[in-house]
Amino acid sequence: MTAAAAFHTAADSVAPKAPAGSGVTFDRVSVAYRGAVVLKPLTMTVAAGEILAMIGPSGSGKTTALRAVAGFVRPASGRIYIGGTDATDLPPCERGLAMVVQNYALFPHMRVSENVAFGLKARGAGRDLIARRVEESLRIVGMSQYSRRFPRELSGGQQQRVAIARALAVRPRVLLLDEPLSALDAQIRRAMVEEVARLHADLPDLTILYVTHDQSEALTLADRIAILKDGELSAIGRTGELYHRPPNRFAAEFLGRANLLPVVVEGKARDHGFVGVRIGDAKVVVSGDDHPAGSRRLMCVRPQNLTLTGDAERSNSIEAELREIHWQGELTHLVAAIGESILRVVATRLPNPPARGDRLSFFFSPSDANLIVEEAGV
Amino acid sequence: MSDAVALAPRAAKVDLAGWWIAPPLIVLALLFLYPLTLIARAALIDDSGGLNLAAAFEVLDSRAFLDALLNTAEIAVASTAGCVVLGLTLGLILAFAPFPGAGLVARIVDTFIALPTFLVTLAFTFLYGSAGILNGALTSGLGLDHPPVDFLYSAWGVVLAEVTVYTPFVLRPLLAAFSLVDRSQIEVASLLGARPLRIVRQVILPAALPAIVAGGSLCLLLTVNEFGIVLFIGAKGVITLPLLIYDKAIQESDYQAACAIAMVNVALSLGLFGLYRFAARRLGG
Ligand SMILES: Nc1ncnc2c1ncn2[C@@H]1O[C@H](COP(=O)(O)OP(=O)(O)OP(=O)(O)O)[C@@H](O)[C@H]1O
Ligand SMILES: [Mg+2]
Repeated sequence: MTAAAAFHTAADSVAPKAPAGSGVTFDRVSVAYRGAVVLKPLTMTVAAGEILAMIGPSGSGKTTALRAVAGFVRPASGRIYIGGTDATDLPPCERGLAMVVQNYALFPHMRVSENVAFGLKARGAGRDLIARRVEESLRIVGMSQYSRRFPRELSGGQQQRVAIARALAVRPRVLLLDEPLSALDAQIRRAMVEEVARLHADLPDLTILYVTHDQSEALTLADRIAILKDGELSAIGRTGELYHRPPNRFAAEFLGRANLLPVVVEGKARDHGFVGVRIGDAKVVVSGDDHPAGSRRLMCVRPQNLTLTGDAERSNSIEAELREIHWQGELTHLVAAIGESILRVVATRLPNPPARGDRLSFFFSPSDANLIVEEAGV
Repeated sequence: MSDAVALAPRAAKVDLAGWWIAPPLIVLALLFLYPLTLIARAALIDDSGGLNLAAAFEVLDSRAFLDALLNTAEIAVASTAGCVVLGLTLGLILAFAPFPGAGLVARIVDTFIALPTFLVTLAFTFLYGSAGILNGALTSGLGLDHPPVDFLYSAWGVVLAEVTVYTPFVLRPLLAAFSLVDRSQIEVASLLGARPLRIVRQVILPAALPAIVAGGSLCLLLTVNEFGIVLFIGAKGVITLPLLIYDKAIQESDYQAACAIAMVNVALSLGLFGLYRFAARRLGG
């Protein structure tokens, strides 16, 4: 039996009432600070066992939403349900949650093992259980050999692992993570993202609400992504779905910097689920339906889905004038212009690099492009 | 050759730096060390001008001195304990459960540091003294012959006044320490299931321990040497070391006895100060 399996089959949970792995429901939750509304009525559900990433620009209300779940701020209106029960009026210590924050917030005068034991002691667990859980939790994050150290004797990445172990030790109903990796440097961050993914694979019942401003963390980890903008839910959906078919301009640009080109709808294409559109003089086929002929739309296509060579699948082609070319190791970034619009392209391999000023044809597949109603959503 | 040229000016500079230190050292010695040695001398030399250790030891072996030493220690410890408890309670409320006007309260408590110590005592006399407001109300209200409240004229009165006067000396470093406690540690702890008392005990107090020790030892130092409050309350039988020194020197003109006791007082203060430094260093590093 693996450490993680042991971790979840043990029946001696000290979490209050509900079992580990409960969902969270926001029911029209709004938050105001001194009258200023920073979270507009938010309704969404985090399913039990899923990782939901909340992303959005700075100040969009991500932390505020998380703090409402934790009970650190009282919603101005709406209810919050954890595991199906109304938790809006519960104090934080009775919500059965755990949290990992950007600066780790380890208790500096406690050893690693005491840090991890803290929540269990607070919840009145017996000594045997505490010893076992501390050991298990530290093993899961690979920090067993550091249990006697003080936090100041650990690196940032190691401190973050301890913070995660401390949260896991109480078997929270929901694990709240607020930009847990943003204090780490890029390389460790990438390793830690993989580790969190492995952690969730080992603990499939664990519900995780993960706040980040790093879209690659969200894309790697999340089952679903919620995008906040100005205190409002701009878009929510399954990660791949949201990435490939963003419902609005903000989602398209925020998640993966999609190209958005103004087009005019020509009419349904031959294949079901595709429509023909016009970009300047060029005619291309993109995925979509329900777009009346003659209407104006934005065509969304990702930089890495555009190539300089066509084939049977990449049947669309558009012409653009190369403005900039940036070589960045494995990837080459191209910036080209189509009329007023800018087209960004990421190429992996360029045997004959083009020069600035060249007129180039870029190819893409109809299924890699879709249409957005410009005014849709926020 | 070039070496000698390079070295010469540097040597001159070092000399100059050495001379700069001298005047302040001399002032320091004149201001602090000289009076101390005078007192030490006076403690050991009697009126005839000869060395007389026996007289000094006789004073230190007297009932009056031992009582005063015990009184001083009891009052200082009780007052310091009171200051720490009150300072902690106030500090925790002001820092972590602020109410509207909490900032104002903190500032008012702070200004107590600026007031002369006997002022509070004077106010206490007006409040709780035998002719004070409380006793006045009670005697007329209940038709009593004697003022019922007389705790002020006892060691308790001194302790109460000292707690009032010296609590800000604990509160100020505590508030500074509390403001440095990472709020997210408190939040994480509460989410992990800890109730406020546990958070205070296990998260906040360990972080504030150096401030508690610093404020507490400062209080101990100040209360051991407190003179004005004890004199002003004038409780019968409450004689502390500073008061005994005053009595010996001014009332009885027994300077040798006064100086001998003063030496003990100085030793006590320096010992407490050393303890404070030691604790501060241990906890700080
Ligand atoms: N305690 C507070 N008092 C007043 N306003 C606050 C408080 N906390 C946050 N705000 C405001 O609420 C808004 C949302 O803040 P929040 O911390 O939720 O943003 P965020 O999405 O987490 O941003 P970031 O990515 O920078 O962490 C901001 O405009 C912020 O100024
Ligand atoms: Mg934030």
